[in-house]
Amino acid sequence: MTAILQVGLNHFLILSAILFAIGLFTVSTRRNAVAVLMGVELILNAGALNFVAFSHYVEGSVGGQVFAVFIIVMAAAEAAIALAIVLAIFRHFRSIDAVETSTLRD
Amino acid sequence: MENLTAAIQTTHKFPFLFLIPLFPFLGAVLNAFFGKRLQDRYGKRVVHTIGIGSMTLAATVAVIAFVNLLRLDPSDRTLLDIVFPMIDIGAFKVDMAFAMDPLSGMMTLIITLIGTGIHVYSTGYMADEPAYWRFFCYLNLFVFSMLLLVLGDSMIIMFFGWEGVGLCSYLLIGFWYKEKKNASAGMKAFVVNRVGDWGFITGAFLLFWGLGGGWSPVQDAYVRDLPRSDENTRAFDDLVSRATVEVRTIEEVEQPAHEAGEGGHGEHAKKKEHHGDVHHVGRVVQVPIGPTVSFRELRNQLAITTADGRRPLVEGGTLPVTIASQRPGVPPSSQKMAFEIKEGLVDKTVWGIPLVFLICLCFFIGATGKSAQLPLYVWLPDAMAGPTPVSALIHAATMVTAGVYMVVRLNFLFVLSPGAMTIVATVGALTALFAATIGLFQYDIKKVLAYSTVSQLGFMFIGVGVGAYWAGAFHLLTHACFKACLFLGAGSVIHGMHHLTHHREHAAHGPGGDDHGHGHHARDLRLSVDPHDPQDMRNMGGLASLMPWTRKTYLIACWAIAGFPWAAGFFSKDEILWKAFSNGSTLIPGPVIWLCGLIAATCTSFYMFRSYYMTFYGNGDRGPSEEHKEHVHESPKSITYVLWALAIACLIIGPALGLPALWTGGHFEPLLEQWLEPVTQFSGLSLSGARAWHDNHALEAVFMLVSCGVATAGWWFAKALYFDLAKSEARLAALRSRWSGIHSLVFDKYRVDEVYNATVIKWFREFADLFAYFDGKVIDGAVNLFGVASKGVAWLNGAIDKYFVDGAVNFVAEGVIYSGEKLRHVQTGRINHYLFAATAGAVVIVVVAYFV
Repeated sequence: MTAILQVGLNHFLILSAILFAIGLFTVSTRRNAVAVLMGVELILNAGALNFVAFSHYVEGSVGGQVFAVFIIVMAAAEAAIALAIVLAIFRHFRSIDAVETSTLRD
Repeated sequence: MENLTAAIQTTHKFPFLFLIPLFPFLGAVLNAFFGKRLQDRYGKRVVHTIGIGSMTLAATVAVIAFVNLLRLDPSDRTLLDIVFPMIDIGAFKVDMAFAMDPLSGMMTLIITLIGTGIHVYSTGYMADEPAYWRFFCYLNLFVFSMLLLVLGDSMIIMFFGWEGVGLCSYLLIGFWYKEKKNASAGMKAFVVNRVGDWGFITGAFLLFWGLGGGWSPVQDAYVRDLPRSDENTRAFDDLVSRATVEVRTIEEVEQPAHEAGEGGHGEHAKKKEHHGDVHHVGRVVQVPIGPTVSFRELRNQLAITTADGRRPLVEGGTLPVTIASQRPGVPPSSQKMAFEIKEGLVDKTVWGIPLVFLICLCFFIGATGKSAQLPLYVWLPDAMAGPTPVSALIHAATMVTAGVYMVVRLNFLFVLSPGAMTIVATVGALTALFAATIGLFQYDIKKVLAYSTVSQLGFMFIGVGVGAYWAGAFHLLTHACFKACLFLGAGSVIHGMHHLTHHREHAAHGPGGDDHGHGHHARDLRLSVDPHDPQDMRNMGGLASLMPWTRKTYLIACWAIAGFPWAAGFFSKDEILWKAFSNGSTLIPGPVIWLCGLIAATCTSFYMFRSYYMTFYGNGDRGPSEEHKEHVHESPKSITYVLWALAIACLIIGPALGLPALWTGGHFEPLLEQWLEPVTQFSGLSLSGARAWHDNHALEAVFMLVSCGVATAGWWFAKALYFDLAKSEARLAALRSRWSGIHSLVFDKYRVDEVYNATVIKWFREFADLFAYFDGKVIDGAVNLFGVASKGVAWLNGAIDKYFVDGAVNFVAEGVIYSGEKLRHVQTGRINHYLFAATAGAVVIVVVAYFV
């Protein structure tokens, strides 16, 4: 019983997998660029969660947390740039639908 | 064993000998490459200056060399100039070397001096010739080749010259090649000469082989001691090719054999008496033995005798020789071996025929080609198609004597085979008689001289055939002078007659003048006169007062050839006839040869004076016709001066060089005989057999009178029949009809050309047709078959290339294009799809990794 109730590594990993799956699903199904970005954020956070979980349960050091901090910083930077691009796309196309803004396709 | 002696001809270095042939060669090269340009720009003067200049330089060097030769001791009289080693393969060694001994010195002087004269003469004779430069180029090239021939130290160099003179003869006979007759005369000369050349080269090879190139008594002796292996054979070749023997030279000139007065044993006794002196004055020299193509080495090794002077050939004994060269690794016992050089050569037989006989026969075939003897003489009369200076230089004075020169040069070889000597003498005698009779009825002045040349060459061969080498060489010398003079005289007449025949031709082509050649059909065509032929003596007549200098020189030369004792020919011809009569070397009796020669001499006198009277008189004392007076003039000075030079030579050289010993009471041998003694002394010793009536001086004197008698008879008959043709025409016609059978046979030159046409040439043509048929059907058929087959293969090859190889290439290209068309749809350009694909891939990897 205790083993089931106690929060362990597997729980984190399952959560992380659920987050990743949701993110992936969002990225691959949404056509709205902002929604896609949100899916990417979910995937990144799933990765960061994994780092922290493994760091805590397996290694016992703070290396994972450091990586998680970097990932958060990098995700912020990425979101800033990506949103700027989305804005620029919107200005040009009056849309942020990824299917419609496909002029680079042949 | 060590006491071997030999009359070795020691040599002296004379490093300028090569200049003698070099100058004419350079002249020929200059005129060949720049002659036409020089002639066009600066005129003919430059061209003949090059020609005559190079000849003068060559003659100067020749005279200097000759003077050097004169200053030497008789047994030392050989100048040698080795320019560079040319071929050195095993035992076969050929140097580009020139040698001048008394014989080649004499020949060199004849060639350069008479050659220079004829070059000068040509400036007058060929003055109107457009291809002047070509003529002088050929003349110089000829002189170069002839000098190679006489100065060459080995048979190979001689053969170069031998071929070279043949080529130049061909070029010069066909000099006016635009007329087919001239061109085919040149070809005839060349082709007939090829037969002779074959003989020459075969003889040289046989001789080389016979001396041990491939076979040797040394080899047998050597190999018997050693196990047979490649290494030993090679070592043996080396040994033979470098073998020398130590020989003591005989310093004093040996007594000529015929002076001893008896053959056989008496001679040996005499040698033994001399033995003491000989032994002490000699020097010890190394004499190379074994196969060689050098005349000197050949002669020297054949001259080796044992110390007491015995000649192994005469005695039939053995001649032991130690091989002086040492070879490491061979026990001393096998380095000493006994063998016989001369016996090895003399005893060797091929299919039962003595090898020496075969060698000499082959060389003599070469001589008959070049020197126009039976049966290869046919080219010489046709060679008269060339310009007259050429006839004088090549076809009378120099080239045609090459055969005689060669036999004299190889005298030491010919004396080893009495059979070959007999053939030489017999062919000479028959040719002399045969050609002399043809000469009797010729009307073309150059043809008369041509047959006369053939006949005189026959006399020379009688001389060399009976062992009287110096007499043959002497007749060569005198003949060169008088026949050059006769030819150049004839050329002078033809030169004069050209203006007349030219005029006649113009007149004939004028209105109403074209009647020649039609009225003659009723008469015998062969006897009809072509009025446009400047060489036909019937168009001449009465030229004596118009061409006085030419007439006088021609008369002197006629005396010389007919054999009157105040001109050159008597001395040489009489010596030959006497030697022929008294010789004991030939297998057929000397008197038979002598009789042939005597009849030939009678004919000679007759036809020469016949040509003289037909040309310069012919109409008694009435002088020339108006037509002649108007058009015929004496030739320019360049021609007459040369004629005089030769005429004076005809008068001088006879008594100067060949005064018979009989006339000086036997105290003084003829100068030329003494001069040629070193060349012929060896053969003099080898001549065997008794000489009949050799010492009978009274008989010799009678023979001289007989010679003069027949010469006078010929002169008298000629004068009686041809001095005034108007008077003697009836008598001539009567004689002609009485002897019509013989006359027409002789007039047609015994129909030898016809016989050749019907036999050799016909067969040759049939063979040629056969070969042409074979070529057309079989060879061309094979070629065509091959062509068709290749075409088929090529078609197949093309098909494979087109459908298989190209197909494969195209298939690959088409496949790539098709698959590209299909695969491009995978790349949608949508990030979603890629992401999905990437995820799917990752899932697959995870699943696979989990289960596998």
